[in-house]
Amino acid sequence: MPKTEQRSQPQATRDPWEIVQLARDPQRPYTLDYVNRIFERFVELHGDRRCGDDGAMVVGMGFLEDQPVAVVGQQKGRTASERRERNFGMARPEGYRKALRMMEMAARFERPLVTLIDTPGADCLEDSEGRGISEAIACNQRAMFALPVPIVSVVIGEGGSGGAIGIGVGDRVYMQENTYYSVIMPEACAAILWRDPSQSVRAAEALKLSPGDAMRLGLIDGIIAEPGGGAQADYDGAANLVRTQIVGALEELRPLAPEELKRSRYQKFREMGKPE
Amino acid sequence: MAQGDVTLGSLEDIPADLWEECSACHQLLYSREFEAALWVCSKCGYHKRLTVEQRLATVADEGSVQELFADLPLADPLRFPEYHEKLEQARQKTGMDEAVWTGLVSIGGHRVGMGIMDLAFIGGSMGWVVGEKVTLLIERCVEERRGVVMFCASGGARMQESLVALMQMPKTCAAVGQMNQARLPYITVLTDPTYGGVTASFAFLGDVILAEKGAAMGFAGPRVIQITKMKIAPEVQTAEFQYEHGMIDLLVGREQVRDTLVDLLEWLVPHPVDRQSSGSGVSVG
Repeated sequence: MPKTEQRSQPQATRDPWEIVQLARDPQRPYTLDYVNRIFERFVELHGDRRCGDDGAMVVGMGFLEDQPVAVVGQQKGRTASERRERNFGMARPEGYRKALRMMEMAARFERPLVTLIDTPGADCLEDSEGRGISEAIACNQRAMFALPVPIVSVVIGEGGSGGAIGIGVGDRVYMQENTYYSVIMPEACAAILWRDPSQSVRAAEALKLSPGDAMRLGLIDGIIAEPGGGAQADYDGAANLVRTQIVGALEELRPLAPEELKRSRYQKFREMGKPE
Repeated sequence: MAQGDVTLGSLEDIPADLWEECSACHQLLYSREFEAALWVCSKCGYHKRLTVEQRLATVADEGSVQELFADLPLADPLRFPEYHEKLEQARQKTGMDEAVWTGLVSIGGHRVGMGIMDLAFIGGSMGWVVGEKVTLLIERCVEERRGVVMFCASGGARMQESLVALMQMPKTCAAVGQMNQARLPYITVLTDPTYGGVTASFAFLGDVILAEKGAAMGFAGPRVIQITKMKIAPEVQTAEFQYEHGMIDLLVGREQVRDTLVDLLEWLVPHPVDRQSSGSGVSVG
């Protein structure tokens, strides 16, 4: 499998805890900041056709180099009211089912799918439990393996556990330089394992949540560099680097037949974490 | 049946294995009767968490059990602090190779793949080995055209394997997708407790989903809820809540599990040639 690693500059050595802070920086570009810079003529779609819409998940149709693509991503807010409206980027079952609608449409109309991951985790409060948050996330993963079109996923901020993997089954999965991907927040890990939240820094190290670690573990396909000063300092520059990576990945994937895509996607996740 | 008058003082004089305390209501139960009741408390109805051996005794036809995939290497992909020792201890303590048992069993003559998770092994959590065993089992059953019955019990994805543990979710979901495509029955039984990465992957993808009465379950585990101070009422994280909200097909008492599985398999198993006749009836107690 070709591993494409693109960087515009050598990666500064940041410790994992620092990366977690940067990934959560409210000045970081969010999904719509990228979508508006990367895709042309983006039309956002709403609603899961069952019970509601979810501001924490954005889906829609756009064009990339004149090619139609389906886009799915978690969305955070910046002001207090935006944050509430976006539920802090924690998608509910409606969000995952809206995403599933978009995925199925991508399959039906043979458009590649791009997913942008940025969530502290899926919503798990009573309403979400009652509408089947676990089932929604499980169904999305299963459905993504059946999609006959290329899927490119990029972690653009927080890769928060089940909430992230619910849209994260990509033929190519990339992480931006200052993002993390983990099964649990380091604070919660520290509290559970060592009964001491002040051990969060140690937990962040132990969890191997940085892009470099995910790359070494063979769990992602590449690290996307950020402009000097990080993505939060240069939205256009950051979006350009993400865009270039997505375009490159789609070029690699486009020639593959649907059966070949599905087979290699299965194999890719099948092999992850296998002891040497 | 009331044994409430037995004091702890007098307990010291009798062999410990004669009595067992209900972990929910603390009623002392006569071991032999408790076993005959499939480890359901006669006072409060609590369904005790079972070992693999006990679970097999409640559902499998006698002499039909064949274990598979018990020889995978221990996985510590992150070299997480204190984890390797923890794995070794769990192996010694439980006598299991990992948090899930996998194999073939007959239920009322239907030869199926079976997975049974055990809470005693690091909280029944899912790391690479658990994900791999579940996937291998499903792949084998797709090849041999068998159904799969999965008894779930888990604290969620295993923290010490972080992203590798998380990637067991898509892996097992993909495997279930293979079963669906092959039109083979996949039944899950959610038992006390089932949380997190297991609920959000192979547990909630059953063609039919059963849950044992009173089982705790939910997307976020209780420790995470406690730490993050999220407001989730305890009754939300139950089989009953999930059932009322349409997430589960049947709430079953343990004494109904085997017969229900037989009925479901009769309906679901695709070809009569797949059936194997073997002894029926469970001997328990």
